[in-house]
Amino acid sequence: MDSSEPLPSGEPDDRPAVPAQRSDQDAYLRVDDLRVRFDTEDGVVRAVDGVSFAVERGHTLGIVGESGSGKSVTSLAILGLHDPKRTTITGEISVGGRQVVGLADEEVRRLRGRDMAMIFQDPLSALHPYYTVGRQIAEAYRVHHPKASRREARQRAVDMLDRVGIPQPARRFDQYPHEFSGGMRQRAMIAMSLVNDPALLIADEPTTALDVTVQAQILDLLADLQAEFHSAIILITHDLGVVGQVADDVLVMYGGRAVERGSVEQVLRAPQHPYTWGLLSSVPSLHGDADADLVPIPGNPPSLINLPSGCAFHPRCRYADRAGSRSRTEVPELRAAGADGHLVACHLSADERAAFYAEDIARVGVAV
Amino acid sequence: MTDEPLLRVRGLSKHFPVRQGLRATGLVRAVDGLDFDVRPGETLGLVGESGCGKTTTGRMLVRLLEPTSGSIEFDGRDITHAGRRELRPLRQELQIIFQDPYASLNPRHTVGRIVAMPLQVNGIKPPGGIKARVQELLELVGLNPEHYNRYPHEFSGGQRQRIGIARALALRPKLIVADEPVSALDVSIQAQVVNLLRDLQRELGLAFVFIAHDLAVVRHFCQRVAVMYLGRIVEIGDRADIYERPQHPYTRALLSAIPDVTQLGPAGRIRLTGDVPTPLDPPSGCRFRTRCWKAQDICATEEPALVPRDGGRQATACHFPEGEAVSTSPEPAGAGLVADAAVVAAEPAGRGVQANVEEVSS
Repeated sequence: MDSSEPLPSGEPDDRPAVPAQRSDQDAYLRVDDLRVRFDTEDGVVRAVDGVSFAVERGHTLGIVGESGSGKSVTSLAILGLHDPKRTTITGEISVGGRQVVGLADEEVRRLRGRDMAMIFQDPLSALHPYYTVGRQIAEAYRVHHPKASRREARQRAVDMLDRVGIPQPARRFDQYPHEFSGGMRQRAMIAMSLVNDPALLIADEPTTALDVTVQAQILDLLADLQAEFHSAIILITHDLGVVGQVADDVLVMYGGRAVERGSVEQVLRAPQHPYTWGLLSSVPSLHGDADADLVPIPGNPPSLINLPSGCAFHPRCRYADRAGSRSRTEVPELRAAGADGHLVACHLSADERAAFYAEDIARVGVAV
Repeated sequence: MTDEPLLRVRGLSKHFPVRQGLRATGLVRAVDGLDFDVRPGETLGLVGESGCGKTTTGRMLVRLLEPTSGSIEFDGRDITHAGRRELRPLRQELQIIFQDPYASLNPRHTVGRIVAMPLQVNGIKPPGGIKARVQELLELVGLNPEHYNRYPHEFSGGQRQRIGIARALALRPKLIVADEPVSALDVSIQAQVVNLLRDLQRELGLAFVFIAHDLAVVRHFCQRVAVMYLGRIVEIGDRADIYERPQHPYTRALLSAIPDVTQLGPAGRIRLTGDVPTPLDPPSGCRFRTRCWKAQDICATEEPALVPRDGGRQATACHFPEGEAVSTSPEPAGAGLVADAAVVAAEPAGRGVQANVEEVSS
């Protein structure tokens, strides 16, 4: 197909780009056209460049991407944790109806911990080594409940430790982080983040530092707690297996932009973006032909300081030539891709993608 | 390929003393009596969770750590306690690739110098000169030979790992110990490096001891797999044995805990409770019993030996190994049995499942 030709109209690709999701109105968190820029000595870094999504209570959004994709920067922006002196944030972030972008530090601080909380990858560096685990949890409670007595806060912390499956919580309260094992520390972190019943929980690679058997426990725990507290969860990870297991919706990021978004079924079972194809085919699986070569994505993830022009993925895309010069000059918008709510930012037409997917990707046996 | 093993490990142990002040107060049994062979051109995967002793084992194999007891034979020679001088000729045949491509390359040396170092240290003068050999190696691992004069910081993580691989290949080794060579890399880059190692292994007929926590990566690289738990091998066998007919409960639990992209939604998994116990004070008898749903009295009193089954290629250290009927293919037939019940949730593992255990083993 001649790539300079305009796309045939009537194709799903031609529907106007939709900024947020179906569930927009009910969503607890809405992020609209978020842009985060850092001014560095080497130039301006556009770490996040026009990302939109929404998460309802009781739902989990998985954000997937490699290093430098902007996934962690997005979560820090939601929590208002960027240094305002060096960072420019535009767009809208609405948490439970309140606008976070442009809010004074003091006000964000009131939201943070009470309405939204974060679980970090490495609980050992997120917990203070000099204070007991229990004291840190109780303090997180008292910050947002100034009228609570010490004893009430202690009781609340012990209850939370118990709730996240830490045996002998009253004794564990008085122990220091180094006395906890890796899995127990991550449980304690979860207890701390949930101590004020936040409606939004952001988990940044919460299980990456853990062993697989412990990872399974923590993922189960998060699912249980979500069912109980009806929280909206953003799970940031590089592990597509984890996403497939716990997420309802998936956002795939590359070079600071969303390249694909949809339900977990849509993105993992009928992926539309060549980058998503590449991710799926590079992951070694426990099933299928063990002797077959993995199909890696050629090249390396781009540097945000020197992002490729046009579609940031084009230097690594097998199909870039098929989209002609547009792939180098024009940034593809997120557009509807067939099924309801499934969006993709790619210059290829739906027919082309379907053909490549059937020929090249289904063949290697991923995303059955 | 002969049947004579290239590497023969017997009773290999490493105990680290724990001191408080000047007094030794305990022993960490990081590795406690390993037996295994690696034949020429064979790839053995050592898998397990943190603290199982896989890295300590790798370091003993290349003699970066002194074994406490046991023996390591390489190519027919006992190298267990070989001194520096005796080791020198061996170093050419036995190389290591490290996990962290940032920490394992000297930032002040050019890539050319890094890759040439093993040649210079061993006084080797390749026919076309050192530079030509280095450039040939860079090309072999998929790097541009003209980047000879660049420094490590000019390369990405995946490219640095390639430099580490080129350095390990410089002396044409027979065996490479690779300690988590891809776990620090992004997913798309990980696949590039795994493919590269596979190609090199096939082209050069290299034997590998591949240490990893990721069982899916190991499945794509290794012909044989040894599963470790708290310093011991609990199961060893050919790839198909371990992945399709695992007999040790721990191997099954480990396999079923891996989230697989091809399975959406909460999977019917075997849940292990608790963390790995400390190697400072491992459980009596079978070390896995505190987390095992099949554990019975005998497990606390008697340590199960690594017993060969099915004609000797697969060996399992368990008093109640799985029958052959059990499979972990996409719909685990046996997994529902144990994944389901409060079985696995019950903290003192055991009693409740006795009925199931009999069902399986009878």
